[in-house]
Amino acid sequence: MRQCEAVRSRETQRLRWRSRRGLLELDIVLGRFWAGCGEELDESEAGSLARLLAMPDNDLLDLVMGRKPCPDPALLPLLQRLKAA
Amino acid sequence: MPLPVRRFDAVIVGAGGSGLRAALELSNAGLKVAVLSKVFPTRSHTVAAQGGVGAALGNMGEDSWHWHMYDTIKGSDWLGDQDAIEFMCRMAPEVVIELEHFGMPFDRNDDGTVYQRPFGGHSANFGEKPVQRSCCAADRTGHAMLHTLYQRNVLARTQFFVEWMALDLVRAADGTVLGVTALEMETGEVVLFQAKATLFATGGSGRIFASSTNAFINTGDGLGMAARAGIPLEDMEFWQFHPTGVAGAGVLITEGVRGEGGILLNKDGERFMERYAPTMKDLASRDVVSRAMATEIKDGRGAGPNADHILLKLDHLGPEVIDKRLPGIREIALKFANVDCAKDPIPVVPTCHYQMGGIPTNYRGEVVVPAGGNPASVVPGFYAAGECGCASIHGANRLGTNSLTDLLVMGKSAGMSMVDHIRAHGAALPDLPKGAGEASVARLARLDGQKGGEDVAAVRDEIQRTMQAHCGVFRFPDLLRQGVEKIRAAGERVARTQVGDRSKVFNTARIEALELDNLYEAARATMVSAEARKETRGAHDREDFHARDDAQWLKHTLWYRDGDRLEYKAVNLKPLTVESIEPKARVY
Repeated sequence: MRQCEAVRSRETQRLRWRSRRGLLELDIVLGRFWAGCGEELDESEAGSLARLLAMPDNDLLDLVMGRKPCPDPALLPLLQRLKAA
Repeated sequence: MPLPVRRFDAVIVGAGGSGLRAALELSNAGLKVAVLSKVFPTRSHTVAAQGGVGAALGNMGEDSWHWHMYDTIKGSDWLGDQDAIEFMCRMAPEVVIELEHFGMPFDRNDDGTVYQRPFGGHSANFGEKPVQRSCCAADRTGHAMLHTLYQRNVLARTQFFVEWMALDLVRAADGTVLGVTALEMETGEVVLFQAKATLFATGGSGRIFASSTNAFINTGDGLGMAARAGIPLEDMEFWQFHPTGVAGAGVLITEGVRGEGGILLNKDGERFMERYAPTMKDLASRDVVSRAMATEIKDGRGAGPNADHILLKLDHLGPEVIDKRLPGIREIALKFANVDCAKDPIPVVPTCHYQMGGIPTNYRGEVVVPAGGNPASVVPGFYAAGECGCASIHGANRLGTNSLTDLLVMGKSAGMSMVDHIRAHGAALPDLPKGAGEASVARLARLDGQKGGEDVAAVRDEIQRTMQAHCGVFRFPDLLRQGVEKIRAAGERVARTQVGDRSKVFNTARIEALELDNLYEAARATMVSAEARKETRGAHDREDFHARDDAQWLKHTLWYRDGDRLEYKAVNLKPLTVESIEPKARVY
């Protein structure tokens, strides 16, 4: 159990660092997200965030700014949280 | 305990445009290359570049590298070195076509040639008329460039160390650079990367200002490492600003807003540009608008609770015009300024964008410092390229599109120089000195053991506010003098930073403390160099010396960390093959 938490914490820390981006706009949005409730990600939210963070910066920014529709309904809940941040 | 050592022919710090271009040159030569990057290469800040690559291909009409050279020198306000500028402009077409052959998806003309856009400051026949010189891939030029170069590097078997942060330069007793120490974020392990040639391609340090368009990764890591190793920083007083970034965020509001009728107001609701530029008003040139905004703020007429910004009003245009002519502006204002600009004004402030100065190099990308009477003595084994380097191509102000040209040309040039250097020095790596890497270990031990220390974010915030208020787009003598004192005092806080989280695994707080060490050196270099330069040239604009002074100041600043010492070196006005372009008034 303890080991499991440690792994989860490491994954959260990794996602936190990967929220450092090449575009300032994303740094700001992701910074607000983490300052809000980022630390309390459940496993599925962490998975969604990992997938969003793996996208190229321009594509992710288009999603966050609502310029393009979300390509996968599974990502929508977390994307909504990013948009609201 | 000695640090673990990894050995390579070349180590490159930074995987943006210049680092990737240099790495490709080395890997294609069959050498063993390590590229270290804090973030995945395609998420480097080069991704933010939209404007294009300037190169005199002549695809849209007659053009010549010599005209490009003239525009670059004029843009630099004659502080650029003319040998480096000739080199870049002559090589630009070659590196662009090479990139096209690597697979870069440039926009094209009907005949299949690369399409070229017009861009401010680019002219035909030495200032006679505008010319189309900018090569783009839609509005994603930087993004496409990173992807193209990254893929080519994978093919060439460049070894990437992603999510590694370089800590310090390793030098021999004679000054030769032997590599860097670096921290692996996932494990917290520190490793010494030993190499025959080391390139810094770490980008700019735009985060030194409170209002900056730069991504958070742009903390000037290469500048900090160089300064700590005794290398001077050149021309750090020269920073390009954009008049309208969202206050507190830095996100740019396009100048098209003023073009469409948006106006700037001070806290009293006065359209102050009528006083500064009665004819052009809000459509005056960038520097005039920025200067007026800074003056209003300095004189206490800034808006907001801290009287620190200006209001950009466009609600009078009506929502239909805003949506039609300025698409995306409402979303940007809402997201980053929390205002509906169809109803309320956007808080804006002059915002830092690009660093003209950096680690001094020649046009071969070799780092050069004054030594033994030679103002440009090569530091063996050490190279710099891209925004962190200063060749100096941009001088006192950069011409639009030349940042990407610089990345490609100087990245390739540094790579070629490194190949020559490595081949000339045979198979053996020079011995590491005793205690190599100890400085980094000590720096980490200090940070990890600090008690009752300073909060990293609070210290960073103080530095950024000090730079913005005392060394911004328009510079006042009293503010500069106070700024030097404040920034020196902040050094004591930087030396006592503390992080609450002691974990070694992806410890973002710990990384930010290490970044702050670097950011501070860049900020201090900027403030001290700006206070000392008593003239106005290019982007360095002083209230008390409001003209260029070639008799006194046609020279490069060199700032040394040790005692804030300043030296100066002559500008190279002699190109490689053509006649010098003599200084004259810079009027557009």
